[in-house]
Amino acid sequence: MAETRTRASHYLLLWLLLAPAVLWLFGLIVLPHVDLALLSFRERTGPGEYALGLEQYRTFFAEPLYWDVFVRTALISLIATALTLLLAFPIAWTIAKLTRGRLSALLFAVCLIPFWVSETVRTLGWMILLRETGVLPGLLVSLGLTEAPIEMLYHDATILVGLVYTSLLFMVVPLYGSLESLDDSLIEAAYDLGGNGWTVLRTVVIPHALPGITAGCIVVFMLTLGNYLTASLLGGKNSLWFTEQIYTQFITRFNWEQGAAFGFLLLALSSAMVWLGLRLSGQKFSDVMSRT
Amino acid sequence: MIPSLPRPWWLKAATVLFVIAFLLFLFMPLATVAAFAFNDAPYPAPPWQGFTLDWFIGNESLARTGLFRDEELLGSILTSLLVASWVTLLSVMIGTTNAFLMERMRFRGQGLLSLLMLVPLVIPGVILGISILAFASRVADLLGDLFGWEVEFLRPGLPLVVLGQISYLIAIATLTISARLKRFDRTLEEAAYNLGASRLAVLGTITLPYLQPALIGSAAIVFLMSFENFNTTLMLVGADSPLTVMMYGRMRDGATPVLNAVSVFLMVASAALALLLMRGDDRQRR
Repeated sequence: MAETRTRASHYLLLWLLLAPAVLWLFGLIVLPHVDLALLSFRERTGPGEYALGLEQYRTFFAEPLYWDVFVRTALISLIATALTLLLAFPIAWTIAKLTRGRLSALLFAVCLIPFWVSETVRTLGWMILLRETGVLPGLLVSLGLTEAPIEMLYHDATILVGLVYTSLLFMVVPLYGSLESLDDSLIEAAYDLGGNGWTVLRTVVIPHALPGITAGCIVVFMLTLGNYLTASLLGGKNSLWFTEQIYTQFITRFNWEQGAAFGFLLLALSSAMVWLGLRLSGQKFSDVMSRT
Repeated sequence: MIPSLPRPWWLKAATVLFVIAFLLFLFMPLATVAAFAFNDAPYPAPPWQGFTLDWFIGNESLARTGLFRDEELLGSILTSLLVASWVTLLSVMIGTTNAFLMERMRFRGQGLLSLLMLVPLVIPGVILGISILAFASRVADLLGDLFGWEVEFLRPGLPLVVLGQISYLIAIATLTISARLKRFDRTLEEAAYNLGASRLAVLGTITLPYLQPALIGSAAIVFLMSFENFNTTLMLVGADSPLTVMMYGRMRDGATPVLNAVSVFLMVASAALALLLMRGDDRQRR
């Protein structure tokens, strides 16, 4: 009797705990994405009449603009990810290895502070700094480096600066975590065995930090690919960013079928890169995600 | 490369210079935004025209609407606070039940479910937004056709924004709370059971107090991320704009320094939240 009662209450508890998780994952993630996929394969054959078809995907490949913007977004995101890694690595190394105790903790905290403030605010800062009437062009003129103020907004380089800036946190934190756990004596031993800075970095430090590097790169790539705010404000009309195309189709033109196809292509690219990153570094998805 | 090894002086100097340059890069945009909130000029641009508080309190003779008079902007701050409160409440509650589900229960398909819980973190926010937008309006259409109901909350608007944001913030709350529950020493609970405590009493007096730092920490992170969310929100927003969407619209049209004033307000609020959390951490350690 008591046995069946505890079993019954165990099952009740299990179902009570499962309900919110299932509602969340199926109601907000799985079903909406299945629906999005169906929507992207729907062709409008007449008023209120639809059939399955590849119309939207044909449009994507047939129209060079869409295709160009897609490739361009992917390339800029890759470059931004690489630059973020190059910039964040020395900082994470300084915090984890070159400084000790309070200084290290202080430096880490200081690096995180800007990211407590909204991306909107940080982008506003870059706009005031870089636009033609802004701070930096004015500074260049008063230093005598340029004759007239130059417009520093609306270039690809500007988008890159903004994207790298926004992504730094997501790279520094996992890098710091993986570098901190590296035992100093391993590095000393590598030097004692005759290694130089470059070989030690390549054979000891990077293999140890690989989970952190992978985690940082995956998250940064995904965030830059899906970025809307920084790309559209710093890039202006020339930004040609793929999320803008999705927004235009969905909200401005109300062409949900086309927008869904674009969304799915972006999701496919982002997922492919996550998968590739995990494959190349030999990492497990769950291990990597627990680091970020 | 590390302090225990001899390093030439130029390498040390280069490290210090690099760190200084990096910090300049980090803080330049924020310092600029803050400084121009107090500049006595109609646009946030140099040169410096003198100190003023017009962009906070307003100045009618110069037709300047300060932050505290800008009803539209204040309304959007309230909207953001409302959304963030709902998102925090729901995310922390579901995050807690998820943590118990994954750490305390054993069932078939658990591995798959735990993997699925991480998926929202690698879906771009814009896609989460459009998929929920499309699915919600399909459900609303269906309910309309079948029963003739008009389901307003499934149309673009604040309830949909809340749903869109929790779709990935629950994942973050789940990770934070699970991590702490995993480290919990279960003999404490067993001792309480042996002493005759009921299940509810053990949960209320032992397990939840232990989880409290993770609950507060995840609530703060979720609140902040909801308040700052832009990508998902933009796709789901209706007539009432949260602050980030409102600021975005004004930034595209070329805004007055009242946006800098809001930014200063946000910086102060974030700093206060961070300090509060750090003090809580200290007390925990003691």
